[in-house]
Amino acid sequence: MSSPLAQYLIVSAALFSIGLAGALIRRNAVLVLIGIELMLNAANLNFIAFWRYGKNPQALAGIMFVIFSIAVAAAEAAVGLALIIAIYRHYKTTQVDKIDRMRG
Amino acid sequence: MHWSFYIVAGLTIGSAIAAMSLRNIVHCALLLTVTFAGLALLYLQLNAQFVALAQMLIYIGAVAILIVFAILLTRSSETTGDSPLSLAGVVSGVLIALAAFVTLARAVASSALIRQASPAPVPASVRQIGQELMKNYVLPLEIVALLLTAALIGAAVIALQERRRSE
Amino acid sequence: MAKILWLIPILPLVAAAVTSLLRREQRRAAAGLAIGSMLLSFALSCASFASVLHEGKAAFNFDWLQFGDSSLKLGWVLDPLSASMVTMVTLVGLLIFIYSIGYMAHDENFTRFFCFLSLFAAAMLGLVIANSLLLLFICWELVGLASYLLIGFWYHKPSASAAAKKAFIVTRIGDVGFFIGLLWLYSQSGTLLFYDGGNGALETGGLSKLATTTTLAGMTVATAISLLIFCGAVGKSGQVPLHVWLPDAMEGPTPVSALIHAATMVAAGVFLVARVYPLLDLDPSGLLGRSTALIVVTWVGSITAIFAALIAVGQNDIKRILAYSTVSQLGFMMAGVGMGGPAVGMFHLMTHAFFKALLFLGAGSLIHGCHEEQDIARMGGLRKFMPITFATYAVGMMALSGVPLLFSGFWSKDEILHSASNWEPSRGPFMLLALGALLTAFYMTRQVCYVFFGKYRGEGTYFQPEGSVATHGVTPREPHESPPVMTWPLIVLAVGSVLIGFLGTPLWPWFQSFIEGHEVRLVHGLSLHVLAVMGLSTALVAIGITTGWWLYGRQPIESAQQPDALDLWNPAFFGAIRRRFLVDEFYDGTVVRLVSFLSRAADWLDRFVWGGLVSLIAWLVLGLSWIDRLIDEFIINLGFNKGSESFRESARYLSRFQNGRVQRYLRVLGLALTMLAFFFLWGCRT
Repeated sequence: MSSPLAQYLIVSAALFSIGLAGALIRRNAVLVLIGIELMLNAANLNFIAFWRYGKNPQALAGIMFVIFSIAVAAAEAAVGLALIIAIYRHYKTTQVDKIDRMRG
Repeated sequence: MHWSFYIVAGLTIGSAIAAMSLRNIVHCALLLTVTFAGLALLYLQLNAQFVALAQMLIYIGAVAILIVFAILLTRSSETTGDSPLSLAGVVSGVLIALAAFVTLARAVASSALIRQASPAPVPASVRQIGQELMKNYVLPLEIVALLLTAALIGAAVIALQERRRSE
Repeated sequence: MAKILWLIPILPLVAAAVTSLLRREQRRAAAGLAIGSMLLSFALSCASFASVLHEGKAAFNFDWLQFGDSSLKLGWVLDPLSASMVTMVTLVGLLIFIYSIGYMAHDENFTRFFCFLSLFAAAMLGLVIANSLLLLFICWELVGLASYLLIGFWYHKPSASAAAKKAFIVTRIGDVGFFIGLLWLYSQSGTLLFYDGGNGALETGGLSKLATTTTLAGMTVATAISLLIFCGAVGKSGQVPLHVWLPDAMEGPTPVSALIHAATMVAAGVFLVARVYPLLDLDPSGLLGRSTALIVVTWVGSITAIFAALIAVGQNDIKRILAYSTVSQLGFMMAGVGMGGPAVGMFHLMTHAFFKALLFLGAGSLIHGCHEEQDIARMGGLRKFMPITFATYAVGMMALSGVPLLFSGFWSKDEILHSASNWEPSRGPFMLLALGALLTAFYMTRQVCYVFFGKYRGEGTYFQPEGSVATHGVTPREPHESPPVMTWPLIVLAVGSVLIGFLGTPLWPWFQSFIEGHEVRLVHGLSLHVLAVMGLSTALVAIGITTGWWLYGRQPIESAQQPDALDLWNPAFFGAIRRRFLVDEFYDGTVVRLVSFLSRAADWLDRFVWGGLVSLIAWLVLGLSWIDRLIDEFIINLGFNKGSESFRESARYLSRFQNGRVQRYLRVLGLALTMLAFFFLWGCRT
């Protein structure tokens, strides 16, 4: 347990769980998005940790992945927040509880 | 492990927890920024300098600002911004997250990878990263460019249309 | 000639068939067809008569129905009996057909009448030429059918249709015995043909066994079969006790009464007895060497003769007097066959056909002339109004009474009395028949005095038959003579009644020899016995006529309401005979009552027992279908419905999971993912 890789992985797991908990518990749509960002970041940390302590660090695979991940996350955050703003304009609320038009 | 790791890790996790549990949304957003910063420090410790920089530029410089803007644009009369959830909901959410953490932790603990010796750090210069991008990862690069363009246009369209329709 | 004998009945049958298709207005066609066919049949009958005179007996048989090895044969026979009958039937029939043109001229169902008449003629002729008892029986029944149709011709009249039914049913009772006898004969002798080259039922081949085997009550089979066949003759010829239908049959039109119930159909019974005479005469074990069957025939005939003659004295309806007279004369004929053999009976049948037809047609002329009046109390003095009818009627009356020497009735009745006087078993029939002859003269004289002498007591029209159109618009009250189409047949028949008698005088018994098949010779000199009988019958006739004249003719009867002379003399006796000895009432109280009770019982059974059973089954089926519906509605449908309902409920319950809130989906996703990861990492490890 005391290997550095394990510690980094534990941290990443913790961040992931915290992000998940927040996404599940908080009602505000923006806060849900924040949780999702946290989860993504935890995954990035995981990648970098494995790059540093794993096999074949010369290929720079981990770093590449994370670069792209960051790019995509940014795009996704932009679009998501635009959607939240659009929904806010329509329904006058950001509470995810209140938006249940898709109920079955 | 160096004592700096524990401090940074603790900071990151603590601010993450706080970001997820504070009532004031703006405080949540700001603490998220702190979390991003802590992550950047961790990347530095992991010898991924470019990534740390990218993290700080993109996440703290753009995403966090975006989030703050979104919060400000969607504020209603309630400043707290969050109606209280029932206890059952909180507990069940926490339990699910806990389950996820336990699973991950157990996976880590029982894997063989962690028992191996840590190799020496490998330099990852900007030059190398650039070369990699242009040689092996050129296709993903172009696609990501396309994606970013689409995201830009899409976000603009979504935000713009609503305004036009409401007029 | 025997081969084409079948044409004789077929021609009238074809005429009947064609007439049935004609319309009501085509009267001339109907009458023409009927008379034309009868004319042709008469010509063929004369030819066959000549053939028999020259060549003798001939028969023609053919297979009719085949079963396995054996077959039912039919055929026709040409012998003296059938030749003479067929000639008589066609001649008398022809004259009556011509008469009917005039009589039924006012009736609107003229065509139907001639159709039925032709049918009757065909059936009667078929009966006469039949060589098979089966064919005879078939034609027997057809004749009965024609009689039913013709008696009930004016079927709108309830009494007419009732009389038709009565005739049919009463003759049917006799026919049951006839049919049983027929079947028994077939089983015993193996054939129903009369003459079949030695093997026929009336020839030695067929008869041999019948004489020896005995059956119940010690009778031989021959006697039993003969008595059964005689039952049919009793019904058809109106012998006591089955005589009740004949007087009621007078409801039919007068030509029908003349043809069927005087000359031909009722004679069929006598003809049958004459035809199967070899069978009746087979067994000599009866009294004093005579066969039992013939003894029975004789007594039945004699009793009938006297019974009917008594009743005839007390009747007032002109046709009923003649009807009872017919019954009485049929009794004479039967007794004649029983005692003297077929020739004696057949001779009287021949003469009777002529003068009884004449009398009936004359009665028809009287009825027509008096505007449908039938009660002799309301006629009278018609001598002045209807001279031709009077003359011919007088001839008929004298023939029937047996006025000596000139009239045929004398010769034929004399033959019967002669054989009765020689009959060994008993003198009873002779006494009865003598008394009957006396009564015959008496009631005929009574009738003639009432109708033709004295003052006319009529009042006008009484009964208008259905469908007749009144034509006498000018002088409705006075009686008038009938048109020539009706009087000429009367004249011809009158001539016949006189002439035919000369065929069978004791001096020259041509007819008897002809029938019995032996040589004809002139008898030189008559025995004392014969002359004595002739004298006795003359005396009887004289007494009868004188008594009648004394009671009814001396003082002309003044009014219709005047009571009968006999009534004054002995009211009880006169009342009994006027009410026909209450035979009908007796039958009504016993047989008819029993039958109606049985039919009511059967109706009850049918309605409540069988009907109830059917209803029960119907209700059962209804109940089953009701249960089926219940099952269908409540078990199957309900089960299905409830199943679908619960399905839908559960689905609705499940769909509540999808509440549209994103966080719930996220939770589920998180949980599922965790569990999946757990499972993959540590679950598969064994």
